[in-house]
Amino acid sequence: MGARLLLGLALAASATSTAAAELAPYRVSGDAITEPLEGIPGDPERGRRVVLDRTVGNCLICHAVPEPAERFMGNIGPDLAGVGSRLTTGQLRLRVIDSSRIDPATVMPPYYRIEGLLRVGVSWRGKPVLTSRQVEDVVAYLASLEVSE
Amino acid sequence: MKVQGPRSDRRPRSPLRRRRRVGASGAVAVLLVAVCGFTTHALAQQSRPNPLPGRTFQSADTQQLEADEARNPGWLWVEEGAKFWSRAEGTAAKSCESCHGPLNTALTGVAAHYPKYDVPAGALLNLEGRINRCRTVHQGAPGLAYESSELLALTALVSSQARGTTRHVEITGRAAPFFEAGRAFWQTRQGQLDLACTQCHDGLAGKHLRGDKISQGQSDGWPGYRLEWQTLGSLQRRLRACSLGVRAEVLDYGAPEYLSLELYLAWRGEGLAMSAPGVRR
Ligand code: HEC
Ligand code: HEC
Repeated sequence: MGARLLLGLALAASATSTAAAELAPYRVSGDAITEPLEGIPGDPERGRRVVLDRTVGNCLICHAVPEPAERFMGNIGPDLAGVGSRLTTGQLRLRVIDSSRIDPATVMPPYYRIEGLLRVGVSWRGKPVLTSRQVEDVVAYLASLEVSE
Repeated sequence: MKVQGPRSDRRPRSPLRRRRRVGASGAVAVLLVAVCGFTTHALAQQSRPNPLPGRTFQSADTQQLEADEARNPGWLWVEEGAKFWSRAEGTAAKSCESCHGPLNTALTGVAAHYPKYDVPAGALLNLEGRINRCRTVHQGAPGLAYESSELLALTALVSSQARGTTRHVEITGRAAPFFEAGRAFWQTRQGQLDLACTQCHDGLAGKHLRGDKISQGQSDGWPGYRLEWQTLGSLQRRLRACSLGVRAEVLDYGAPEYLSLELYLAWRGEGLAMSAPGVRR
């Protein structure tokens, strides 16, 4: 789908299913997405790098993670230490993909959604923040952040 | 499908209007409400914070730098502007002083009331727009580009002449539609990160976004010297940085959206003492 058409859709503020056609489909059950995107589970070490990288996940702008070498982590979202014990893998997946399905007023950006967005800059238009593979890697990393006794 | 999340009842409902899954007609209705000003004033009144100057959220070092006129780099632009003040320009061979008189008299406090609807121009003018009108209409000189050293110097000068005076802008009459447009922009989620200005600057002021402490997004200190830029910049340059931050379209300097936003920001900061040139991280 051309960027022009997507822009048109965004301006009309109408969400259509065609805009989402490029993304891997998923099914939400309760407050979770239980199946991995494309059926492929992620790799926690790759996910860690996505989370820390300022040009990819850039999660530390808002969250703290258990990484002693990291300074100036944000405190806008909850500290992610132990999040793998608080939430199931499926719950983590929905929160990374589209937190607005849980709280429509959320500050947490949608990392795997392209429809319903307004005025997206040209370089990002029609693309999710993360690829399906990166989402799964991030989910695997988050799941590994368990509370240590 | 609707998902009932664990925390959906924990948080007060925000004034944000979600546009997704709203058909075009829904969006039009939202726009009409915004444009007609129907009940919007009351909503806006509720959402205006008790204003805090931008510097409040800066580190002690940065605040000291701003307060010390000898060290605050913004004053270099003010000094430069003072030179332009009395220099004849354009086909009319007039200087700013020819019309407004000497510094420290004519323009004291004026910047506190901008942006302002200008009847002859038939447009909302911010300070840059006002200065450029004076150039083209009264001096017979070409308008100056945003972020040119001359326009920055002149806006810094005129803003500095309003230091300590109280922010107050007109938002009724011909200014009303601009005010409503600015308010709507402020509350609209945008960009790939789907965030609205209000989410950070009303909801999260005081919290840390990496190394930045989020402020109320007030404009009292602008134009300002940003250490990251190593130069003075206009308020619109700051707005463009926030657009880029949420991965939204970065609009042109002088775009109607940013002009309207400037009016909304000024109204949000009603009562603040003007403090340009500010210093920011
Ligand atoms: C702009 C701010 C922001 C960014 C960037 C951000 N988050 Fe969040 N996140 C939040 C907020 C705020 C919450 C709290 C829940 C809510 O408000 O919906 C949250 C919640 C979460 C949760 C649920 C935590 C819990 O204890 O319930 C997870 C997991 C999460 N974020 C992971 C991430 C990951 C991974 C990234 C980057 C790929 C990220 N976040 C980027 C703001 C952000
Ligand atoms: C994800 C968070 C976020 C969003 C969304 C955001 N900003 Fe900002 N904004 C910041 C940060 C961080 C700063 C720098 C620290 C400060 O001064 O607040 C800033 C600074 C500002 C300032 C300068 C304040 C000062 O005193 O120097 C203004 C004005 C401003 N933002 C307006 C806006 C507008 C208008 C929008 C929407 C188009 C917006 N912001 C969206 C985070 C955000």
